Amino acid sequence: MANLKLTGVQKTYGGSINVLNDINLDIQTGELIVFVGPSGCGKSTLLRMIAGLETITAGEFTIDGQRMNEMPPAQRGIAMVFQSYALYPHMTVRDNMSFALKLAKKTPAEIDAAITKVAETLQLTEYLDRLPKALSGGQRQRVAIGRSIVRDPKVYLFDEPLSNLDAALRVATRIEIAQLKESMPDSTMVYVTHDQVEAMTLATRIVVLANKGIAQVGTPLDLYERPENEFVAQFIGSPAMNLLPGKIVETGDVTTVRVDHGNGVIAANIPSKPDMKGAVVNVGIRPEDMTPVTGDNYAFENIVEISEALGEVTQVYFKRQDVNSSPVIAKLPGIHRDVRGQRMRMSTEPEKIHLFSEGVSLLYR
Amino acid sequence: MSGIAGTKSSLTWAVHLSLAVMVLLWLFPTTGLLVSSFRTADQISTTGWWKSMFASEQNLTLRTAAPDYQTTQDGNYVIQGNLFEGSAAATISVWGISSRAIDDYKAGDTAQLKKGGTVTVEVNGDYLMQNTEAFTGKRGQRIFATAEKPPEFTLGNYEFVLFDPSNREGLAKAFFNTLTVTIPATIIPILVAAFAAYALAWMDFPGRALLVAAVVGLLVVPLQLALIPILKLHNEIGIGKGYLGAWLAHTGFGLPLAIYLLRNYMVGLPRDIIENARVDGATDFQIFTKIVLPLSFPALASFAIFQFLWTWNDLLVALVFLIDSTGDTTVMTKQIVELLGTRGGNWEILATSAFVSIAVPLLVFFSMQKYLVRGLLAGSVK
Amino acid sequence: MNPALQALVTIIVGVGGCVGYFYFSNQFLDKVLFPAKGPNIARNITRANMIRPWLFLMPALLALSVYLVYPVVETLRLSLSERLPGNESRFVGLANYQTMLEDAKFWEAMRNNVIWLLVVPALSTAFGLLAAQLSDRVRWGNIAKSMIFMPMAISFVGAAVIWKLVYDARPIDQDQIGVLNALYLFFGGTEPQQWLTKLGWNNFYLMAVLVWIQTGFAMVILSAALRGIPEETIEAAIVDGASPIQVFFKIKVPQIMGTIVVVWTTITIVVLKVFDIVYAMTNGQWETQVLANYMYDKLFRAVDWGVGSASAMVIMLMVSPILVWNIYNARKEMK
Ligand SMILES: Nc1ncnc2c1ncn2[C@@H]1O[C@H](COP(=O)(O)OP(=O)(O)O)[C@@H](O)[C@H]1O
Ligand SMILES: [Mg+2]
Repeated sequence: MANLKLTGVQKTYGGSINVLNDINLDIQTGELIVFVGPSGCGKSTLLRMIAGLETITAGEFTIDGQRMNEMPPAQRGIAMVFQSYALYPHMTVRDNMSFALKLAKKTPAEIDAAITKVAETLQLTEYLDRLPKALSGGQRQRVAIGRSIVRDPKVYLFDEPLSNLDAALRVATRIEIAQLKESMPDSTMVYVTHDQVEAMTLATRIVVLANKGIAQVGTPLDLYERPENEFVAQFIGSPAMNLLPGKIVETGDVTTVRVDHGNGVIAANIPSKPDMKGAVVNVGIRPEDMTPVTGDNYAFENIVEISEALGEVTQVYFKRQDVNSSPVIAKLPGIHRDVRGQRMRMSTEPEKIHLFSEGVSLLYR
Repeated sequence: MSGIAGTKSSLTWAVHLSLAVMVLLWLFPTTGLLVSSFRTADQISTTGWWKSMFASEQNLTLRTAAPDYQTTQDGNYVIQGNLFEGSAAATISVWGISSRAIDDYKAGDTAQLKKGGTVTVEVNGDYLMQNTEAFTGKRGQRIFATAEKPPEFTLGNYEFVLFDPSNREGLAKAFFNTLTVTIPATIIPILVAAFAAYALAWMDFPGRALLVAAVVGLLVVPLQLALIPILKLHNEIGIGKGYLGAWLAHTGFGLPLAIYLLRNYMVGLPRDIIENARVDGATDFQIFTKIVLPLSFPALASFAIFQFLWTWNDLLVALVFLIDSTGDTTVMTKQIVELLGTRGGNWEILATSAFVSIAVPLLVFFSMQKYLVRGLLAGSVK
Repeated sequence: MNPALQALVTIIVGVGGCVGYFYFSNQFLDKVLFPAKGPNIARNITRANMIRPWLFLMPALLALSVYLVYPVVETLRLSLSERLPGNESRFVGLANYQTMLEDAKFWEAMRNNVIWLLVVPALSTAFGLLAAQLSDRVRWGNIAKSMIFMPMAISFVGAAVIWKLVYDARPIDQDQIGVLNALYLFFGGTEPQQWLTKLGWNNFYLMAVLVWIQTGFAMVILSAALRGIPEETIEAAIVDGASPIQVFFKIKVPQIMGTIVVVWTTITIVVLKVFDIVYAMTNGQWETQVLANYMYDKLFRAVDWGVGSASAMVIMLMVSPILVWNIYNARKEMK
């Protein structure tokens, strides 16, 4: 029951440090929106503007059509979970959870009922009378989440809630959050992370932030399969997508390209307009889509410089012809011994190829 | 450092030794005062206090009980008792019955008395005089003894300084006056400063940086400048000299440090916690009272100790704003300065009074040292 | 009224008044002036939040301006005027300063103050550094620190009594009860000395009292700074073959230079304000006058407000560089 709408939102710190520009975003009730992007790109800033902890320099932010720009945080119907958990260190778990309810003048009975229920769901019942310092990291995290749930807000805001946990706990808590979301289909959640696995697994839609703006909005698979630009293409997926410079030789429903350091031509299942013929493009191939070929048509050929056997896959690194570029990487399924030093030719299927002209995908041109 | 191979042990000894010397040097003057306060006026003026710790060999002139107290035993006239009755015990090594031969006898020996009879003196001062005839005269026999006196201390000075109602220079009243000045002068600035510090740390308003700078500047303004203007002001608005004026003055003079310390501490509290409280619906007032104040306890304690020590030990503010011509509101520091003038030679009174006045700060110091150190660090390492 | 009762009432009224002021002014702001409800809620809350900081600050600002800012201005005015009968005063320009500059006692106080300023901060910092360095290297260091730090809690007046006992002198034929004379005679002195009346030297005996008090302060701060030095830099120096002395002067001291400066300036300010010690021990006799006591003399014994205020302004002038420096640093840090 909460529609969030950002229109032309901009943030400038101290009159001169411009952090975000022209953010337009429509978040529907029940969505779990994830903001991803490299560190320092303004994810937290955007979330904090939604929370009301930062003023919005320009543009408008509404919840259910009501302008929120000047509304203080407490009146926005939101709850927030911080990366540092921000538990009140001098209060027990119970007091931490009841703080907001007491401020809202709820009756003791209501407060008790709410806390009991949430504590049970999050398995915190036996810790209710402990101070935060007597809890483990994972428990503190759950208290922080529980504290937001008891308030029954319309919108949940999470700012990197898992990044202080170790790897195993992070996975477990991630799953808990996913289940939590499922149990509350009406609540809207905005989740900030720099971890793309969290983004891919949790999100209804992902918002990729870069260069002071939104690089792309879409479902996780959208972003993976149809990245709008080179930034998103390389940001989503690990290792990052290989970009190989080339030229368009044939346009039409299927575009044919020649890769500079490859041989022959390869086809991509991407339509292109006739005036694109001869245009310089970047051919994008994800490492996991790279396959060794034997024929004369291939996208890339060189000697394997490094190979990393991970068990289920073997990652091989090729040096590029122009020395300064990052290596080309291929993920070969299974175990491959003695590939190091071998000369290999690589290519992929037409539907796995991405084409970018001036940084933007041909799909969206 | 200690784990590094080949560290010379001679160097370690030098470190221990130099530090020990330094500690002794720093401790020695205060110890002198403390020890002196437990000695009688006589003792203080005849021997250095450092000698009082050890048993001292002294030549004493003592007297047995007078013949009035003689009894008869088995037909003999007997006077017995202890030479040290009524004073501290000592150990007699040698003794005599003439001032020209004070070491004729060893302890336990028996001497022949000129007027007839014998006297035996034991190590612990027990004596026994025996004669077949009655002892005569008004006074007892003089005994010259060389005795080892153990250290001797008295609480008499404290009794005199604190509880003797006939002592017009007694410190009891000044003690309570000091307390009366100190407590409100400690609590009120904390409260006022805490609110201001919160505003300067966590609220956004134009001119905030300027105010912080102003507080830093006021930190070093000598309170000497305030003496006449504030005294004039107090007189004009009818406060005059008295407790109220002293409380207000201490509050005003203590505020810069209080605000500075508390603000520095509060700024260091995690931003997330305060923002979370804001999201939780707390107003600034609630954030302050329910979150910031409890979390700032260490800083509050630090400042409270500073202010307590400062107001307790203060002389200048009391002289100027508190003590009127009746002297009813005199504080301990003022009274001790006066004693220094009038009783400069009476070390037992001076030492005891001084020690009474520094006992409370020392108590506070040793029990709350942790907070004091923290406060000092917060206040100066910047 | 019984002072104890009065104190109790003051505490209750004072504390209650403060709390009440803060509570009710906030209530008034949120409930009456700009209620957080109705159609203008957002605007009201914004406005309330613009006013609230000033509510929080008001009592402190009031006290600071009355007790510290106003006196500076007023003292300046007094130092430039002459008191006339009937609470009147007349502007006399720099006449008071001139009188003061012609007063030999003033120059004596200035000279002594300069000596104090040179000696006390230097010795306190040096001893403090020594104590910090030594006590960090032994297991009983904390106890040692506690003992050296202890004089901090003692009043200047108490310290004056303590040290008067140290400096006490008895006639030659009696046992000395002052440690200094006892030692002096023990090491071959011929006659007990009246230390506090020995012209020229007596200043140093007074300074010893303040050094004794301030060393602990310097030690505590410098000890924390020494501990803050990254262990690796010291280990690297040892591996490079530096001797302990070299490590101390070439590695440690440079790294805590900033703290040393802070300690030095803090003690400098204490020295500029030093009053009680001189007042209680010599009262400025035997050429031991210092500015703060000179000023007190002028204000309350000679009742010469003009010259008294002028000398107060001299003290203010002397702390001003530190004041400016502190503000400069604070502003730099806030950015
Ligand atoms: N209060 C502030 N003043 C100036 N710049 C800020 C402030 N807060 C954040 N920034 C800048 O804004 C940018 C975005 O920060 P943030 O939103 O925290 O990034 P992230 O995406 O890592 O969460 C960063 O470059 C940061 O330096
Ligand atoms: Mg962030």
